[in-house]
Amino acid sequence: MRVVLGEDLVLLREGLIRLLTAYDFEVVEAVDNGPSLLRALVTHRPDVAVVDVRMPPTFTDEGLRAAIEARRQLPGLPVLVLSQYVEQLYARELMSDRNGGVGYLLKDRVSQVSQFVEAIRRVAGGGTAMDPEVISQLLATKPEPLERLTPREREVLGLMAEGRSNAAIAGRLFISENAVGKHTNNIFSKLGLPPSEDDNRRVRAVIAYLDA
Amino acid sequence: MTTATTRRVKRLPLLGWSFIFTVYSLLGIGLIVLMTVSSALLVLTVGLPLVVGFAYSIRGYNDVYRLWAGHILGTSVIRPYRPIPKGNLFSRLRVIGSDPATYRDYAWLWINAILGFAISLVSLALFASTIFYGIMPGLVQIVPEGVLDLYLGPVEVSRTQNTLLYWVFALISFGLWWWLAPKMMVGYARLAAVMLGISERARLSLRVDALASSRAETVGTQAAELRRIERDLHDGAQARLVALGMSLGMAEEMLSNNPAVAQELLTEARQSTSLALSELRDLVRGIHPPVLSDRGLTGGIQALAIGSPLQVQVDVVLPARLPAPVESAAYFAVAEVLTNAAKHSGATEAWVRARHVRGSLSVLVGDDGRGGVVQDSAGGLHGIERRLNAFDGTMHISSPVGGPTIVSMELPCVPE
Repeated sequence: MRVVLGEDLVLLREGLIRLLTAYDFEVVEAVDNGPSLLRALVTHRPDVAVVDVRMPPTFTDEGLRAAIEARRQLPGLPVLVLSQYVEQLYARELMSDRNGGVGYLLKDRVSQVSQFVEAIRRVAGGGTAMDPEVISQLLATKPEPLERLTPREREVLGLMAEGRSNAAIAGRLFISENAVGKHTNNIFSKLGLPPSEDDNRRVRAVIAYLDA
Repeated sequence: MTTATTRRVKRLPLLGWSFIFTVYSLLGIGLIVLMTVSSALLVLTVGLPLVVGFAYSIRGYNDVYRLWAGHILGTSVIRPYRPIPKGNLFSRLRVIGSDPATYRDYAWLWINAILGFAISLVSLALFASTIFYGIMPGLVQIVPEGVLDLYLGPVEVSRTQNTLLYWVFALISFGLWWWLAPKMMVGYARLAAVMLGISERARLSLRVDALASSRAETVGTQAAELRRIERDLHDGAQARLVALGMSLGMAEEMLSNNPAVAQELLTEARQSTSLALSELRDLVRGIHPPVLSDRGLTGGIQALAIGSPLQVQVDVVLPARLPAPVESAAYFAVAEVLTNAAKHSGATEAWVRARHVRGSLSVLVGDDGRGGVVQDSAGGLHGIERRLNAFDGTMHISSPVGGPTIVSMELPCVPE
């Protein structure tokens, strides 16, 4: 799997390259600033991009902007954004094109190596990987359109938004996969998501969740 | 008022003012006379209440000029008077009599009676002659021949030339009025501001007092903030890193003879880094939220709105990034107000509006809660006020019982 990496801190960049290579990813290019990142993404069209939010030249949200711009030029380009902190505003912007294949994780999640690698694979496959902190912030604040969900359904939606499969959710909540399926169907119908494009419904549920 | 910026003066309202001031400055002459007479009566005791009474009247009379000059110059002209004690008439007279502002007031009455009247009259006359000469040709048509004919020395001017000449006169007086009226009025307003406002010296000393107290507050707040950061680092991240080192050290020892325990310790170590990081994150957010550095006040307020349990409408239009300290002060102020609204007001909706107008950032935060906010010296709102004070900012709360609550903040600043 081909990866473009955008990270300005040498230590982290080298660490990530080592980690990714160890898990059979091919890092086609690693860049350290926003403009080069955009260029690299557009020329290599990688299977997935792993991007730091804050990068030169402005040291603000350069990486995020480059990623969003790249997704505008190459619709559906899978991007996993890493950040020192989570900001719901950024999570929303990242998902604003309503296409799957995005992730937004805290940098320290990298230390849970296997889960991190799994998140990259999920994003590359068009899924989502939202940091539990984004989810918990959302749960703590605005339940407005999600008020119709039962607490259990909200829990399921939270885990779904993190990008977990039904099996993983079942394992986490100690319920049967069947029960998870029932919950997800309830969630879809309560959020008004018709069963036509089954693959995308999970992503769209997450978007509904972020828009709350 | 050296810093006064002159707004573009509209001429038509000025015309109204000159009309009012021709009459009003004559009223001032009445006050001069009354004051002079009652001062003479001071030898008899009847003069005492009269002098005090007229002194108040003169102050009130001159307030009109203060308001007007402030309006024209775009600043406020501050009343310069010393506070008058509530006691008997005699002690009042003593304060009034020893206040230099009283004499400047009195001098202004004289100046105004002459100069103010003249200026208003000239302005009115120029405008009136414009109209007069403008309609003269028409008049000439109506009145019998010979009455309004114009003579230039021995030469009699014909009717056609007449008309043209009238219009030339009209144009000249209109031009004069157009050019002169605003200049005279602005000059006059400046004079009024100098005469009736506080003197530069007094203004500076007031300013020094205000700066001294706001600096003391700022220094105090900063010191408290540094102490908090130091304590948080010491009890949080530092302690975590020590624990982390311990776990790693023990894991190193155990690796060969007890791999299971070593693995447990490594897991623990990893969790410890996570906790340390999340504590550092919270700390950073409390010092300067990253989104504020990234996106400025606009993004910061949007992020606050998303994070608030209330439905928050955001309407922020700013010309450019503001100075970082101002952004930060405004951000934390809005955050505090929104938190208060969510916690105490019972509101479900709120709104934030921010603009940069006339050299200052103006932020309004409102909610649909039950109102009745009390601003005590220990509360969070007072903390905001102190924070804003450091930038010469002000805060005003309007919160009638039953709501709504609207907090308005002003922060002077220049966009970058």
